[in-house]
Formats: sequence, C-alpha cells, structure tokens
Amino acid sequence: MAPAPSRPARPLASARERRAWLISASVTALLVLLIAWVAWRFLAWAVWHAVWSVPAGPDGAPNTDACRAALGEGACWAVIGEKYRFILFGFYPYAEQWRPALVVLLFIGLFAASLFRRFWHPSLFVVWAGALVFSAALMWGGFAGLPFVPADQWGGLPITLFLATVGLALAFPLAILAALARASRGLPLLKGLSILYIELIRGVPLISLLFMASVMLPLFLPPGIEIAKLLRAQIAFILFAGAYLAEVVRAGLAALPKGQYEAASALGLSYWQSMRHVILPQALRHTVPMLVNTFVGFFKDTSLVLVIGIYDVMTTARTAILEPRWQGFGIEVYLFLAVIYFAFCYSMAGASRRLESRSATPLAATEEPA
Amino acid sequence: MSTAVESNAAETVVVMEQVEKWFGRLHVLRGVSLSVRRGERIVICGPSGSGKSTMIRCINGLELHDRGRIVVEGRELRDDPRLLRTIRQEVGMVFQSFNLFPHLTVLENCTLAPMKVRGLSREAAEARAMEYLARVHIADQARKYPAQLSGGQQQRVAIARALCMQPRLMLFDEPTSALDPEMVREVLDVMIELAESGTTMLCVTHEMGFAERVADRVIFMDRGEIIEEGPPAVFFNQPKSERLKLFLSQILHRA
Repeated sequence: MAPAPSRPARPLASARERRAWLISASVTALLVLLIAWVAWRFLAWAVWHAVWSVPAGPDGAPNTDACRAALGEGACWAVIGEKYRFILFGFYPYAEQWRPALVVLLFIGLFAASLFRRFWHPSLFVVWAGALVFSAALMWGGFAGLPFVPADQWGGLPITLFLATVGLALAFPLAILAALARASRGLPLLKGLSILYIELIRGVPLISLLFMASVMLPLFLPPGIEIAKLLRAQIAFILFAGAYLAEVVRAGLAALPKGQYEAASALGLSYWQSMRHVILPQALRHTVPMLVNTFVGFFKDTSLVLVIGIYDVMTTARTAILEPRWQGFGIEVYLFLAVIYFAFCYSMAGASRRLESRSATPLAATEEPA
Repeated sequence: MSTAVESNAAETVVVMEQVEKWFGRLHVLRGVSLSVRRGERIVICGPSGSGKSTMIRCINGLELHDRGRIVVEGRELRDDPRLLRTIRQEVGMVFQSFNLFPHLTVLENCTLAPMKVRGLSREAAEARAMEYLARVHIADQARKYPAQLSGGQQQRVAIARALCMQPRLMLFDEPTSALDPEMVREVLDVMIELAESGTTMLCVTHEMGFAERVADRVIFMDRGEIIEEGPPAVFFNQPKSERLKLFLSQILHRA
C-alpha cells in the first residue's frame, strides 16, 4: 500500500499565520483546562464527597445530619433514594405503585417499538390506543381486586407521559386539519376559523391557557357537569400543541412544489386522496426535524401544570424537598429530574435522526430489492 | 365550423369556443377556439408567454377559463370538483418538470391513480403499469425511486403514469424543455411511438422535428391568440403571418 501523502512540512509563512496559530492553541489549552477543572469539581461533589445513604434516626425517620455536614462539599444522593418513589409516582398509594410503574414501562416499551420501521403498521395505532385505555384503567383500578384510585391521587411520571402522549396523539391530527384548512383556498369560513384558532392560541402563554382551563372553564359549564382537572389541562395542551404543530405542517405544505398538487389533480385524485397519498407524506417528511422540535418543547411544557396543582413529575419533585428534613437538597432532586427529562427528550431527538435518515433520501427507503 | 364538429360529438374530443382567460389584469387567452378530433395529433408552438401552456391547462381544468366554453368528451367544464375529477380521468397530462411523486417508486407512481381513482386491484394496476412502463422502455426501473433516474427516464415514467389511466387524450406541456439535450431524443422517440399508435395528443413543444414528423396540425399562438394553423408541410413552408415567419426564423435558426 502506498504511504498516505503527508502534508508538506511548510514553515509557517507569515507572522500573521504564526499569531493565528498561537491564539488558537492557547484558546484550546484554556478551554481544556477549564473543562477539566469543572469536571473535577463536579466529580468531587457528585461522587467522592457524596453521601449515598443516611441511617434511620431514633424516630425511624431518616437522619440527615450526614448530608447537612456535607452540604456544599458533597451531594446528598440519599434524598433521591428516600424520595424517588414519591417523585415518580406522587401521592399514588404506596402499596399500589407497581401500577403506575407498569404504565411507565408500557409507555417506554411502546415508544421504543414505534421507532422500528417493521412495526410501522396501521395496527400500531390500535395497539397504542389499547395501551392508553389499559393504562388509564390500571391507574384507576376498581376492578379485578385492584383498589380504586381517583385521578387526583395520580402523580409523577405517568401524569407527564399521559399529558404528553395523549396531547401529541390528539394534537397532531388536529394540527393537520387546521393546517389544511388554513392552506385551503376554496373554503373561506373554515380557513378563517383555522387562522383564528391558530393565532389566538399562539398569542397566549400556555400558563394562561392552563389557568383558563382550570379556573374559567368550570364557570362556563352547566351546573352538574364537571370535568376532571387533569382532563381540562389535557384539553388545554391539545389545543396549544395543535396550534404550534399546525404551523409546522403548514410550512411543510407550502414548501412542496406546486407541480405535486397539479400532478395529483391531473390524475383525477380527489382532494383527500391527493392529501393522503401525495401531499402529506411528503410535507410531513420534510418537517420531521421541526415536528420533533415541537414535540420536545411540548414534552417539557407539560411541567407547567404545576401552576394549577397537578402533580406531574416536576411538581412531585418540588414537593419532595418541601419536607424540612430534606430542605436544602434541591440541586440533587433537580439533577435527578433533569436526567429523567433528558432521557425522554434525547430519545425523541434520536428518533428524529432515525426518521430523517430514512426519509431524507428515497434511496434509503428502498425496501424491496431492485 | 365548431358547430359542425360538435354535431359529430363522438369524434370530437375537445371543443374550445371563444375561450378567454385573465391572470389578474393580464389577458392570457383572447378568444381561443379549437376543436380536436379523436386520434388527432396537434402541436402548439409560440413564443414564451403566448398562452399555449395556459390553453392546454384549461382543458383539464388546472386553470379555469373566465369566458367561453370548453367541452371535453361531451362534458362542459365548470368549476365543480366532481366534474373536474371525471374529466381529468380521461385527460392525461405530462408536465415540463415531470412532477413524479418522489416518495413513491416508479411502479407506485403508476399504480396510485388507477387504484384510487379507477378502483383497480393492486395486481391489475401493477400489470397495467408494467405494460405501459415497457412501452416507454423503462420496465426494468420499476422498483426504483424517481430520484434514482435521469431526467429523460423520469419523463418517460411520467408519460407511463399518465397512460396508466388510459386517457382519451394526452396533454404534453413542454415535455422536453427541462431535459438535458442528450435526453430529449429518448422522450421524443416515446412520444412518436405514442403518436403513431393513434393516441389523441395535444403537445406544446418547440421540437419542430417532432411536429413535422407526427403532427396532423400545427398551431401557432402569440399574445393569447391562435394566429395560424395548418398541416406541418404548409405551416413550415408557407407561413402567412409575419409573426409566424419571425418566430420560425428564430426557432429554426436556433435549432
């Protein structure tokens, strides 16, 4: 094998080049030192000086003196060990927490399976719908000897996953309809309604939507009809995400060349046929990165339900450190929370990359041999 | 003249009577009248902006005319989605920019409309697609995606896709204008074969060789009007109007 041609050793020609090299080398060295220092400090706090567990005190409750002594020097991971069940499942009866745990595992499993192309089949929707119904039933209980647990005792991660999954699952079709209505030319009334919906929702902060759903909506309902707080929040989320996703979908529709619409109609396809088979498959593929971006933002936005007193995983984490014994260990709890959010959001980003690599070029989508 | 043709409706595929069309304030079609008999092959030429594309796009309702009458296969064109779909099933169209569906394979491009619009089974649609793909000499590429084909191959697929609907009339809107010169030939050859098999064709093109070889009539349009028409021998050798003489001198010089 011929040796790889090496770059000719050329003396740095000008003073200018030498200076540039010097600057770049010193900046690099400084950055490396800085990163090493930060990493060292973090590891010292998070690992070497950390308190991993605390003994029980005379009253049976954990004695946090060791953590107090290490405060500022080392992390108190004991708080996670003591509180993770509460952070993950909130006020759900302790003995029954295997139910929300099962629900979380079911969600994670289904999300993972949904990433694989060989599971992309219409029946996947049925499986998902079934899983959502099963999860809700399992959470409520009241059958097969499972004690009934009212929705206001649900909390933690299942709430976050419910809000995000059901929210996106329903917001997405809503968004497609709103985008098609807004992009349509023939139906001015529908188009006007869609613009009104999208712009109204986008013009208000999510927090105020949640307040409206939690405080104002019950005022408008006829007496005797009550919608659970969780459901009201869910509706607010669907409307909110729908408006944002609609604009993403609309961008995808607008980006398609006019010729695609023309070719579809010239073949005699109806409006819905050309949308279903020609326009939307392309428009949605083009917008995968933007869609996933909105999904990720929306997943994190579910944490805003804490303002209306729904115990999602963010609220339970904040509640966990209200106990005087554990006050002052917020950093540890929030880091734990950050890891949870990161795991989900990063998985979504990974899913996005998979989808993009499969749809960016039609070459990659070749399944059948030529 | 048009009434005489209309009475013989079975033999007339398209009748246009005094068709007018505006794009905003731009008057793109000024009283265009034309009738196309079954099996007739018509080539339409003219300078850019003369309204020739608009005219054939009015025939399948991609553009809606503002005044006058257009009758396709006995049905008068109106702004009615159902009527337009019915008419479009009978009128195939080939575009300058191919407009294949990039997310579908060549075969899927050809089977989509026959399955969804004509209600063919997948097997029947695929058999028909393979037949027409063979006719445009590209059956071996059926499983590929449009992006994997050359421009000339894509345009031939587009022709096959339109033929799969078994239309009564084919419209070609500058089918070779977006092609690299070396690919024009393969597309023209397919179009010549099609013309010789008796397909009714309306063809907007600057390929005068094609016009001379297959056209029954050549039509010259300028500024939204039909200026002159005639069989190719007369059209090219004895142009009457100054505008056609000028146009021919420009286009033949360029060729």
